Amino acid sequence: MSAEFDITETLDVKGASCPMPVVKTKSAIDDLAEGEVLEVVATDPGSVSDIDGWASGTKGVELVDQAEGDDVYKHYVRKTE
Amino acid sequence: MSTDTPDTPADDTPSRVELAARVDELEDALAEATDEDDAKKMSIIATKGTLDMAYPPLILASTAAAFGYDVTVFHTFWGLDILHEERSKNLKLSSVGNPNMPVPNAVAALPGMDRMTTRMMEKRIADNDTASIEELLETSLDMGVEFQACQMTIDLMDYDEDDFYDGVTTGVGAATALQDMADADIQLLV
Repeated sequence: MSAEFDITETLDVKGASCPMPVVKTKSAIDDLAEGEVLEVVATDPGSVSDIDGWASGTKGVELVDQAEGDDVYKHYVRKTE
Repeated sequence: MSTDTPDTPADDTPSRVELAARVDELEDALAEATDEDDAKKMSIIATKGTLDMAYPPLILASTAAAFGYDVTVFHTFWGLDILHEERSKNLKLSSVGNPNMPVPNAVAALPGMDRMTTRMMEKRIADNDTASIEELLETSLDMGVEFQACQMTIDLMDYDEDDFYDGVTTGVGAATALQDMADADIQLLV
């Protein structure tokens, strides 16, 4: 993983399935300040497409990176406004 | 040939000051209009109260709220049970009339079969860590989704306003739902 950004908070949604990874990501992002990055750790394979879709369709957030590990999917979302 | 010059406007021509004021007025109106349209809207009509059919409106409502949508879910007929604090915890799955069920309709119609298929479904939901109806409803309420309980059906089913989750709007009818649908970017009947 690149070190181009610092992770401010980590959200653990392992085990949770649709729609919870997206819904909890949204709530966690609300608590961050502009420019901060949230790391989301999920086990739901659908979260790869869902968090990408949510980030592109939502104002004020940007998907910085996504990574697939051993049965976990990591998403990095920056709050942009 | 006209004798008018730009420096001497005719009496009915608005002055520069008047025009500037009018431009300000229009800019304010435009800002207000675009402000109002800033958040997208979704309107869902939930009419079903079986365990399987309670999920789609709640999943879409909470997800749309995560996208920043203003969401209204109007619950009518059996859809009211989703908002009913006690009944929402006991929603049933029908084993009859669903060809995807592992048993033929003739067997599915036997007494106790709905209870059995509901238990099987509930076990799957728990094993799979799928959110419960109650959890989805509470989450959606927290995210600002407006849940409306159709007044006509409340009376028809003989429910009480206190039977519903805190935060549920009662005393609304079809006209309210129609108004929401007219204003919405997405309208769904579930």
